[in-house]
Amino acid sequence: MKLKKSTVNNLISFGIVIIAFIVCQSMISTGVMKRSLRGQMIPICVYIVMAVSLNLVVGISGELSLGHAGFMSIGAFSGIIASAWLRTFGLENELVRLVLSMIAAGVMAGVFGALIGIPVLRLRGDYLAIVTLAFGEIIRNVLNCLYFSLEGRRLHVSFNNPNIPGTILLNGPNGAKDVAKIATFPAGFVLILFTLFLVMNLINSRSGRAIMAARDNRIAAEAMGINVTKYKMMAFVTAAVLAGMAGALYGLSMATVTASKFKFDTSILVLVFVVLGGIGNIWGSIIAAALLTVLPELLRAFADYRMLIYAIVLILVMLATNNPTMRALFGKLIPRRNGRQKGGAAA
Amino acid sequence: MSETVKRRQNTKMVPAPSHGIIPERDLYESPVLEARHLGIEFGGLKAVDDFNLVIGKTEIAGLIGPNGAGKTTVFNLLTKVYQPTMGSIMLNGRDMHGMNTVQANKLGIARTFQNIRLFDNMTVEDNVRIGLHNQISYGMFSGIFRLPAFWQGEKRQHEKAMELLSIFDMQDMAKAQAGSLPYGAQRRLEIVRALATKPSLLLLDEPAAGMNPHETEELMNNIARIRDQFHIAIMLIEHDMNLVMGVCEGICVLNYGRIIAKGTPDEIQSNPTVIEAYLGKKKEG
Repeated sequence: MKLKKSTVNNLISFGIVIIAFIVCQSMISTGVMKRSLRGQMIPICVYIVMAVSLNLVVGISGELSLGHAGFMSIGAFSGIIASAWLRTFGLENELVRLVLSMIAAGVMAGVFGALIGIPVLRLRGDYLAIVTLAFGEIIRNVLNCLYFSLEGRRLHVSFNNPNIPGTILLNGPNGAKDVAKIATFPAGFVLILFTLFLVMNLINSRSGRAIMAARDNRIAAEAMGINVTKYKMMAFVTAAVLAGMAGALYGLSMATVTASKFKFDTSILVLVFVVLGGIGNIWGSIIAAALLTVLPELLRAFADYRMLIYAIVLILVMLATNNPTMRALFGKLIPRRNGRQKGGAAA
Repeated sequence: MSETVKRRQNTKMVPAPSHGIIPERDLYESPVLEARHLGIEFGGLKAVDDFNLVIGKTEIAGLIGPNGAGKTTVFNLLTKVYQPTMGSIMLNGRDMHGMNTVQANKLGIARTFQNIRLFDNMTVEDNVRIGLHNQISYGMFSGIFRLPAFWQGEKRQHEKAMELLSIFDMQDMAKAQAGSLPYGAQRRLEIVRALATKPSLLLLDEPAAGMNPHETEELMNNIARIRDQFHIAIMLIEHDMNLVMGVCEGICVLNYGRIIAKGTPDEIQSNPTVIEAYLGKKKEG
């Protein structure tokens, strides 16, 4: 059977990610990689998944969402609670617990994505951006006042009242402490593969075409019988689920997690990855997320000038990716990369 | 004289049970579209008022009128881009009250646009596949996890898209980007995409705009051929009178949002009110 072009492209993408993983993993096991950089491996995976999922909303579905970190925080805390709760059932296997927690986190974030999406996706353009921003902040503020505790197998929840029985899991503004760090780099790698699989297959299917049709020309898409709100919702909820899973991975890799980690800045940071990588360009998001997460760490040698150089690099990348000559050059170097034509047209 | 024109001259138009006329051959079938007292107001301005129209099952109808007469507004009302403030629309005997554009399309109205609205960055084939969205479908999960339904659906979509593109001999362009096509081909692709939604009434908004006389002649034959092949009704807005008079069976003339004349091409051509609307009043004296 002749493989379709999109299938071949997907296989190549998976190949590159797998090779990158093997290289990193061997660098870690041989001790070539510095300790500080090793600590960055899971956040890199997390931000790659965040950037790719946000690109599904911003690039593929064409709606500017500024509250993506909100879904990440829902995922992080759901994951932490699920992991602790599962432990009471004698589930000591960390991998199984991690996977189940991530699924629970994805479901939770997806539910909230749907709840927020129903009113929000009826708005267009700037209004949608503003409302998603607000929802991101609301989620963070609510989580700031939420107390969770575990008494035996019973979960206690309270709002604004820290006096609940049992061991406290989530302590309002102080967040979750002494989290069992069960997230691993290979798990993050598998999550990246899962995200790529999901997003790329979605784009190259009937639903994906409908999502892009709704983005390119809403009126024409509706005249063709495509329910625009439904497909925008599909992209939004899928992105929320992935962000939730990334959040769980993040939460379960840190000893302490507080809601203030997921403020507006984080949403913007992920958006920066998406914009720098090229709106609608999945590979661009991956590279931008990986490089820009490592960069501050690599620039530690420059001490005080670190953020200055970070900013200069950002500007240079922006200039380079928007320069027609440079683009043509990249196009020649990588002729088979059709990500731009496929999805990147919104840029 | 093309064959189309001859066929048109053989068509006898008869009064429909309700307002208007339909081709004699469609008399014993329920009309595809019935608009009654249709109208819309934009803040007191009546853009379309008291619009009554019947279109037979396989009729090719024309909607003409001077610029700004409200022709495209009528299309937007029929496809529910605008909700009418007065009157009713019946499509295949079903009241379209309260429906939106998507539901109108599912019920059987497809359209093209005056200013072409293709999905420019997608391939020609993908444009047609979007038209096939509701005709050949499979779920999101089949798509993501590449279940058999996905492969089967994609294969059927591909075959159907190629079949539809072959109406205009466009199979070879299937892999080209829609936005890169020449103007005439874009107009034809829009018609193919609209046909893909399997309509019972096809609305064409200025299909011949920007075409040369040769292309227009070809389009004229294709419009008649589409009607014969798909057994659908077609309604078109057009300024090219050769095309309108050549292919349309019933014509409706609109001016200032009101119907000023209805009839066969010959009747319309000799109607003094129509001539006045287009050319102005003869000066007395």
